[in-house]
Order: sequence, then C-alpha cells, then structure tokens
Amino acid sequence: MGPAAHAAPRDPLTASSPARLAAGARWGGETPEALVDAARAGDRSAFEELVRATYADTYALAFRMTGDEEDASDVLQEAYLRAYRGLRRFRGDAAFSTWLYRITANCASTHVTRRGRTRTSVLSPDAVVPDDRPEHDPEARASVNSDRARVAAAVADLPPRLRAVVVLRDVYDLPHEAIAAELGISETAAKVRLHRARKRLRERLFPLRGESADGSDP
Amino acid sequence: MRCEEVAELLPDVLEGGAGAPARAVRHVETCLRCQAELAQYRRLLRALRQLRFQLPEPPAGLLSSLLGGVEASAERHALRAALLRRRVAYAAALAVAGAAGAAGAAVLAGRSRDRIRLAG
Ligand SMILES: [Zn+2]
Repeated sequence: MGPAAHAAPRDPLTASSPARLAAGARWGGETPEALVDAARAGDRSAFEELVRATYADTYALAFRMTGDEEDASDVLQEAYLRAYRGLRRFRGDAAFSTWLYRITANCASTHVTRRGRTRTSVLSPDAVVPDDRPEHDPEARASVNSDRARVAAAVADLPPRLRAVVVLRDVYDLPHEAIAAELGISETAAKVRLHRARKRLRERLFPLRGESADGSDP
Repeated sequence: MRCEEVAELLPDVLEGGAGAPARAVRHVETCLRCQAELAQYRRLLRALRQLRFQLPEPPAGLLSSLLGGVEASAERHALRAALLRRRVAYAAALAVAGAAGAAGAAVLAGRSRDRIRLAG
C-alpha cells in the first residue's frame, strides 16, 4: 500500500485503485500523470509503479469477466505487456485507467472465447477484501457485505457473454462504443446483451412481489 | 401499452436520454407496477456500481510475475534494438564501401576517357 492509504477521508477505493490515479492523487511521490509521461518516455521503473498502483483494480475486472483466478492472472499478464508495448500509442485524452480497462477487457474477452468455457464452478465470491471502513457500524457492514456477495455471485452466474457487458457497462462505466469495440461486437449487440443481463439480475436480486427470487415463476 | 411490453423496455428507460421510448416513459409515469419495477432496476444499478469497490484479493505472487513479465519484455526489446542497430551499422558500412567503389570506378572511367581524348 502506498502513502495514499493513510489519506483522510478514506473513500471505498483502495489506495491502489486507478480511480485515485484519475483523481490526480499523488502516488509513490509522483503524480499519476507524471508517471504516465515518464513511462511513455521509456522509463521502465515509472511503468512498474503504474503496474503496482493499478493491478489490484485491473485484476478485479479480469476476475469478474473470466470468473477464474488463474484465467484472470493470465489476462493481466497479457494486458500489462500490451499496455507496456502500446504505451506510445496512449494519448492523454482518456484516463489511463480507462485505457487499461479497455485493454484488459479485450484480453479477457479473447481469453474467454479461446477457452470456450469458464470454470464458474470454482468461483469464490467470498474471496474479497473485507470492507473495514470504520464509519460503518458492524451490523450495517455485515448486511452491506452480504448484499455485495449476493450481487457478485449473481453476476458470476451469468453466461460469459452477458456478464462481460454488464461488468464493463454497469460496474466499470465504460461507454457502449468502447465495450462493443473491445468485445468485437456491434453496439446494438452490446445493448441487447446488457438489457438481457440487467433483466436476469433484476429478477434474481430484486424481484417484484409475485416474482420468485430465482427468476422462474412459482 | 401493456405492462409486459413496457417491462421489456425498462432497461432502456433506465438509461434515459434518447434511447428511452416516449410511449414507455409515459406508461411508467402513470403505472405503479412499472414504477416499482423501475425502482428495482435502480437498486440493481447502485448495487453493481458498488462492486467496483469490492476487490477480490489478487493471488500472491501476481504482482512480481507481472513485473517480471514487463522486465523480460523490456530486455527482449533492448536486445532486438541492439541487433537492429548493429544491422543498420553494417548496412551503412556496406553502403559507404559501395559508394567508395562507385566513386573509384567513376574516377577510373574519367581517366580512361581523358586518355582516349589525349590519344585522339
Ligand atoms: Zn405498467
């Protein structure tokens, strides 16, 4: 953890999140922008700092898309190599974190397609960093955590094609155009998948009266 | 419009903007059932956004393997660059030698022309 971990007030992001980078925080004594500039100019240690600062967050995206620890690690390995080689092509008009998300999404999508199946059976939605924000009382925290685990499990249970779109749009806030481009599908197809994914999740997680929680009629 | 038809459009209504069909929006404004469903969609979106802050623990050793990968790639790149430089230098040397040879030939050709003129 970098010095930002001790910064107050603490937000729900970890200190290693690129969302902090994007917000112009200082990391490892350098601003994220300065690190990106130095890395683009060929400074390898600056790039390594960027890897340290972002990998937990990028790993979360890869894990949510592939549903598997080993696959997510492979995806990350490839994504950071691609980012390293492609750094010169990174234009500063998008946030570095968004650029990384797109590369990771593309690698994960290719990986899942190549694999042709996902090892959803070994998913462990409990393997998460506990939310230890002191401002939350333990009871509320327990309920928030169990809600989150439920949501994570429902997302993990979606078919990979639907899961990828809802993770990229509703969890990581990528625009439709970027999602379509990185998944290699049309924007219309991306929207249709998103629509289906949301419907399934809504029926399972937030059913209306008269709807059974698993989405099937009683 | 019937609630069942509107239900199919609710994820679009949720997005707002131009994508939301006006007829569906008008129906939702007057229908409690569809409003309840839309509220559930909003809860879902809030819950999904929260997932962003719930980071699965990366496997031990992932960071060092990522850094190792970057280092290996950098070294391969440096090696390729060095080979390329050597090849460029070699090609340049050849070109210089070639140019020198051509210049020498031109001088010889010029001299022989002079000799012919002198002889004529
Ligand atoms: Zn209705």
